[in-house]
Amino acid sequence: MNTVQIVIATILALATPVIGGILAGVDRKLTAKMQERIGPPLVQPFYDVLKLWGKNPMISNNLQPILAFSYLGFALLAAGMVTFQQDLLLVLFIMGIADICLTVAAVSTKSPYSYLGGRREFLAMLSYEPVMLLVDIAIFLVTGSFTIKGIYAYGKPLAMVLPLALVALMFVLVIEMKKSPYDVSGSGHAHQELVRGVFTEFSGYTMALIELGHWTKLATTLMIFSLFWAPNPVIGAAISLAMFFIALVIDNIYPRLTWQKMLKTTWSTGFILVLLNLAVLVFGGII
Amino acid sequence: MHYDAGSCNGCDIEILAALTPKFDVERFGIVNIGDPKQADVLLVTGAVNHRNKEVLKNLYDQMPAPKMVIAIGTCACTGGVFHNCPNVLGGIDNVIPVDVYVPGCAARPEQIIDAVVLALNKLSGAVKVEEDSE
Repeated sequence: MNTVQIVIATILALATPVIGGILAGVDRKLTAKMQERIGPPLVQPFYDVLKLWGKNPMISNNLQPILAFSYLGFALLAAGMVTFQQDLLLVLFIMGIADICLTVAAVSTKSPYSYLGGRREFLAMLSYEPVMLLVDIAIFLVTGSFTIKGIYAYGKPLAMVLPLALVALMFVLVIEMKKSPYDVSGSGHAHQELVRGVFTEFSGYTMALIELGHWTKLATTLMIFSLFWAPNPVIGAAISLAMFFIALVIDNIYPRLTWQKMLKTTWSTGFILVLLNLAVLVFGGII
Repeated sequence: MHYDAGSCNGCDIEILAALTPKFDVERFGIVNIGDPKQADVLLVTGAVNHRNKEVLKNLYDQMPAPKMVIAIGTCACTGGVFHNCPNVLGGIDNVIPVDVYVPGCAARPEQIIDAVVLALNKLSGAVKVEEDSE
């Protein structure tokens, strides 16, 4: 990489929370439009984070701020690894560690709702990480490399070779965004049964950090999806934004499912789709 | 956040009406949240009694400052028709400090939206960061 590429990659990595925040604003606006409402301004999520930052701290235990900072830190590290075209496998693990920070922070408190949300977040990770890993292995089988550089070197768009893997990643995106039907761990709408799930015990600046980390993770996930049309980043971005839009439509159509259903549907559908895709490639003689 | 301190549900339904497409309170950036730790404004309906005053006090204490309390409906403001019942304490300002009063039986959604926006404007004087989005 030359100096210009390094500067661009650094700026892009640091811009991921901003991109994620704008996407969160688009999410709220589009959801409002789908429900025939006017909706908040596009930059409302940024106002919210500034407001959370300005509130008096009310910390449940000393571990929580550290873990909230690490959540954002690991999420930014994962974003940086993607923009610097590093190992995709390691990116998945680092994003997993970020999620573990959030979950440990949630179960470290005495609140039963926070504990429940934390356990469900673990189950959500159990649902989507194997699917993402399998997609990653499929990418390795096709391109012969786990690195993002390898995907660019492959030349052909991956979406043409692995279309069903892209469909399987749709499940991952919905869980990652904590949207219906898979918003079992931290829904904003389940006041009675969850309060706020995994986010219950966060307030003030720790919640602001968690929000920023969540946006970073969302933007990073979408960047990984855009690799499916690696030769042309514009088409790749269009694919990931289309998937983002589909996730919003699904969120507005479906009610919340139980975690058992989440685990069953993601594992069965996700595994079958990716393995079917690989089987077709093997029997078609492509790999 | 919304807490029902023994109301007849009339005001509660009007609060929920403010979230519907017709009134759409989210255009001011306001969402209904279930977690006191992330709430800025506490909406209370109903006349508070000896049983639930502890709960109301607890919820208020769990909200990080700066925060606002809005008493919605005549019962929450003064106790209303229940003001001389032996189990009723009267208005919720007997338990926690109230910033905005919304009288009415039931309070109209327009009034509730006005009260929340007024409370947020009051709050932005208390926070250093610019708070609301109008």
